[in-house]
Amino acid sequence: MNYHWHWSILVEQPYLSWLAHGLAVTLTLSGLAWLIALPLGTLIAVLRTGPWKIGRVIGACYVRVFRNVPLIVQMFLWFFVFPEVVPKTFGFFLKRQLPFPEFTMGLLCLSFYSASRLAETIRSGLETAGSGPKNAALASGLSYVKTYRFVLLPMAFRLVIPPLTSEFLAIFKNSSVALAIGVLEITAESHQIESFTFQGFEAFTAATVLYALISLMCLILAGLFKRYLSNAGGLGAEVAIK
Amino acid sequence: MIMIEAVDKWYGQLQVLSECSASIDQGEVVVVCGPSGSGKSTLIKCINGLEEFQKGQITVDREPIKSASTNIYKLRSKVGMVFQNFELYPHLTSIENITLAPMKVLKRSREECVQRARKLLQQVGLSAHGEKYPSQLSGGQQQRVAIARSLAMDPIVMLFDEPTSALDPEMINEVLDVMVDLAKSGMTMVVVTHEMGFAQRVGSRVIFMDAGKIVEDRKCPDFFSNPNSDRAKAFLSKIVKH
Amino acid sequence: MSSFDWTVITRNVPWLWAGMQLTLLLTALAVVGGITVGVLVAICRLSSWKPLSLLAKIYVDLFRSIPLVLAVFWFYFMVPIITGQPVGPFYSIVIAFTFFEGAYFSEIVRAGIQGVRRGQLSAALATGLTHFQAILHVVLPQAVRSMYPLLVTRSIIIFQDTSLAFVVGLTDFLTSANIIANREGRPIEIYCFVALVYFVVCYAAELGLDRTTKRVTR
Repeated sequence: MNYHWHWSILVEQPYLSWLAHGLAVTLTLSGLAWLIALPLGTLIAVLRTGPWKIGRVIGACYVRVFRNVPLIVQMFLWFFVFPEVVPKTFGFFLKRQLPFPEFTMGLLCLSFYSASRLAETIRSGLETAGSGPKNAALASGLSYVKTYRFVLLPMAFRLVIPPLTSEFLAIFKNSSVALAIGVLEITAESHQIESFTFQGFEAFTAATVLYALISLMCLILAGLFKRYLSNAGGLGAEVAIK
Repeated sequence: MIMIEAVDKWYGQLQVLSECSASIDQGEVVVVCGPSGSGKSTLIKCINGLEEFQKGQITVDREPIKSASTNIYKLRSKVGMVFQNFELYPHLTSIENITLAPMKVLKRSREECVQRARKLLQQVGLSAHGEKYPSQLSGGQQQRVAIARSLAMDPIVMLFDEPTSALDPEMINEVLDVMVDLAKSGMTMVVVTHEMGFAQRVGSRVIFMDAGKIVEDRKCPDFFSNPNSDRAKAFLSKIVKH
Repeated sequence: MSSFDWTVITRNVPWLWAGMQLTLLLTALAVVGGITVGVLVAICRLSSWKPLSLLAKIYVDLFRSIPLVLAVFWFYFMVPIITGQPVGPFYSIVIAFTFFEGAYFSEIVRAGIQGVRRGQLSAALATGLTHFQAILHVVLPQAVRSMYPLLVTRSIIIFQDTSLAFVVGLTDFLTSANIIANREGRPIEIYCFVALVYFVVCYAAELGLDRTTKRVTR
């Protein structure tokens, strides 16, 4: 092994600001994707378990399509194909006038993809919650929408906090795939540092440490959130026993 | 054949065996009974080293269990054990269940083992079930296969850990009959059971345990006609209904 | 780009097929390597010797906290330095996938082993089998049956993930298609076809899994 260590490169310019920029991009990209994917995924999960047959079919197809095509291929579809197949003026807007086109398309792609994964997680929570509470709520005169809103979804979310946490982490990790269409997030920036300086060990260590820190923070936050939920309303603890 | 000398065992702070001593001679059928949680199963699992104990010594066929020079695997191959929940390997047929250990431990040939397995199945009255999987057999049949599996190792002593307590009432006798035949053939047996009828038919001695201690160790008829301790009297009055 | 020209696909079938063959080879090697590493790591993880299980846990946590792309970059960079010679993207990718997927497989295997009832191990030990024999002949075969759906699902994910070989320019299915798309100037047709192929293969595998699960996990 013949390697010249040069750790201080990580605090030299421009590499330090490259890393900072990458971190900022990863955090905003995954954070925004989470904000879009969670309601979308919830909606799909509700459709899949709901009373309308068409909704169940749509939900199932959505999950099937988005989970069976590699994320990087979906990135290419959003970035290269989507602007070409929409009406011309909109396509022109996407290609020429959209600010940060890579970031925006990467965000849409990551959001829709993550929604399909979240939908499966939330659906398993809804199924674990079972038909008992559902029947009880419907029998008490609540509509389907209110049954989901006030009974089933609150139960399901409390049940799936651990898998939701790992899905949250998966979004952070998956955001790295956006580098394929030119989004400069952490992994891409560290790769760029490696290409410029050949100090790959230092660059990739920096990226690894940043991802590990993000994971750790998410786990701590999820723990706090879970405690908050089980304090508020008591349902958390009750359901968790199941 | 088996010497149990002042055995103490703790799970953390909880003492589950205290000062247990007994000896079992060749050809004896010793029934171990007592209320649940009294340490009967733990004691016989110590005899083949499936449970560790902190103090005392157990000697099987002149070999001490707790000794660096003892090969525990070799010792176990001479001691047969039948479990409460049968523990047949669900992915293997009856014949394969019986032949696994003789082939792998005693390095016998497959033909020899299969031949012996068929004989043993005949002995327990299941000649027609050699190719079946455990899930295709009733509980009583499974337990008889489990007995055959232990016998295939030509053990010098057989341990039974509540062999009938997981069985439906109508299946208990088919298992007990096999055990009675085995006792009459001269096999040394240690049997944890609540089946006092079995003890009265073939038992040579009864060891009565309570709260981790051996309370009584008596010849069989004496124990039933004239138990010494109040605990044994109370126990017998509950368990012997006729 | 006013009209579609789907013959771009039929014209390039040999290239695409060569790419798919590499993708399939990569998937097979990653699955075999990953499961091998996964079983070893899982056994270490379940070891009663604390330092070994801690080491295995660190291994698993570390690989599971970073994205696959970063792992690919790591190995692409590290393997030539460690071996002292250029090995090319193929071997780097295979090694990266083996270690990365090993971490995920080990969690599946660990859960499978822990799912086998404790009494089964006792019963095997009681007949005189050694610990290793008991794990090999009694615990693992049962664990594999219960793990089957998860192992197949993970293999499908690996099939999709091999497309990330794109980032180091290994000519798998996606990269081959990408080259053709650029050369022919027909990204729409090519990328749609690529997505369709991935979808059909993965969906078929999913259906196959559904049909065989009952039989295997009997």
